[in-house]
Amino acid sequence: MDILVVLEDKSGNIHRMSQEAIAGAQQIGGECGLSIGVLALGENAPALAEQASQYAVEEILSLENKYLFNYTADGFAAAVAQVVSSEKPKYVFFGHTYQIRDYVPRVSAKLKRPFLNDIVSYSVQGGKPVFSKQAFNAKLVTALQLIDDSPCIVSFQSAAFSSDTIQSGLVSVRSVTVNIDAGSIKTVPEDPFQETAGGVDLSSADLIVSIGRGISKEENISIAQELAKAMGAEIASSRPVVDSGWLPPHHQVGSSGQTVAPKLYLALGISGAIQHVVGMKGSKNIVVINKDPDAPLFEIADYGVVGDLLEIVPKLTEAIQGFKN
Amino acid sequence: MNICVLVKQVPGSEAHFSVSADGLWIQETELPFEMNESDNYALEEALQIREQKGTGEVVVVSLGPDRCKKAIREALAKGADRAIHIKEDAPYNTDPYAIASALANTIKDEGFNLVLSGLQSDDLGFGQTGVILGELLGMTTATLVVGTEVQDGKIRVKRELEAGWFQWQTMDLPASLAIQSGLNTPRYPTLKGIMTAKKKEIKELSFADICAVDELQSFNGLSVQHAEKQTEMIAGSVDQIVARLVDVLKNEIRIN
Repeated sequence: MDILVVLEDKSGNIHRMSQEAIAGAQQIGGECGLSIGVLALGENAPALAEQASQYAVEEILSLENKYLFNYTADGFAAAVAQVVSSEKPKYVFFGHTYQIRDYVPRVSAKLKRPFLNDIVSYSVQGGKPVFSKQAFNAKLVTALQLIDDSPCIVSFQSAAFSSDTIQSGLVSVRSVTVNIDAGSIKTVPEDPFQETAGGVDLSSADLIVSIGRGISKEENISIAQELAKAMGAEIASSRPVVDSGWLPPHHQVGSSGQTVAPKLYLALGISGAIQHVVGMKGSKNIVVINKDPDAPLFEIADYGVVGDLLEIVPKLTEAIQGFKN
Repeated sequence: MNICVLVKQVPGSEAHFSVSADGLWIQETELPFEMNESDNYALEEALQIREQKGTGEVVVVSLGPDRCKKAIREALAKGADRAIHIKEDAPYNTDPYAIASALANTIKDEGFNLVLSGLQSDDLGFGQTGVILGELLGMTTATLVVGTEVQDGKIRVKRELEAGWFQWQTMDLPASLAIQSGLNTPRYPTLKGIMTAKKKEIKELSFADICAVDELQSFNGLSVQHAEKQTEMIAGSVDQIVARLVDVLKNEIRIN
């Protein structure tokens, strides 16, 4: 295969960002005439391979190995490096998740191949993809130039592609094996846990009202909650609101919190730091209300209001209650 | 417990960036520079681990032009014992593999038990250097570290996962850890610290002499991000704004 997409497991299902990487592979592969293979590894490899077999790709590889049952950077880096060495793709694609940040630089070092991480866009030059990433806290963007034509490793930022565009097909699965020496696994993981229990799964919410530092005081949060109630929306927030203790952590949207793509993301007093934006930029409609006309979040807004949310929101709540009745 | 802390000096995060005339980098004149934020947390973690163990060295290593001596001195003033400055005059070295290779060559014979680095730099944001360095030196690695507990010959670390999940893991030493911001409260340098820092060793090396590899990737021109989206800005009196918002929500986005 020319492009190998490595799948990440989310509780037995293909991680959304791996699906986006497949969509990206199909798009780039189509434009540049590149074939696609998909690699499933880990405890749930067979289930992931089965799900991937319904996508329009050329090959599906399933890798089962007892040293990959629990994720470790040692194990996963060794496994992926071996598969890449034997399959020899030109590109290896990933979604840019925390797990990828943890082990893929090791793959890059083992193979001595560049890892182009957190890619936001690409262009085609001379029949080949050229990848671009952001720099300086997402204020600038640059294309990445490679030393040579040999394989490169790429991870895509959330929502660089949409899993909605995946084309279906029917492909059979082939097993692959790797050799992992027990002594090479130098990390023993414990079970993952959540620090605060419960909370709504924001990723399945259709409508979200999200609160940022611009809410100013803890007492003002109820203004946003009233609006959410009137609209039938869930409440979310940026990190500073949670760090101040004004809302419990499960409301947090962003790279360390939840990633959402609702029909409506109404952001109140959120400036738009990159760690927040990656958690919501896939939202279908983004409405931004902020007092600061330079707030970066306006860049990705469908509708923007430069104004005082403390004045606007109560009146908006009243109007919505009106039309709902 | 001998600990190496990788420190990078970066443009201040509040700074306004403009692209340089040749389009290859940013305008550096008059930019404020500071220690990379997550590196500061890594340094503090190293100092605390050393204090708990009672013995060992904390050695700061920084790669960059002359101006990064300011960040090095700050680290020494906070309590690091000595420093290595790998001097690289080109302001932009943009390949984490080449940088990590130079760092690995520099520290490979020092016998460090731990290498701590910040999760990612605020300028280029690769987030790879510490992990690549660990691989090149045969260490096990972890990123997004939000807690550490030193044990006998091992270290137990807490990692941040997505969506509010966390995980502890026990790792053999030596290990390379990429530290997330916020896990501790970085100290300020004391006056005494600043004075004693002046006597601490800063060994200077040249990047060209140490780096044995070519850059695998490089930046090909920097430009300002252009908004791809058409944004409708809604203006007017509060009542006019609310009216248009209701119209948008009801008829265009259809929130019913």
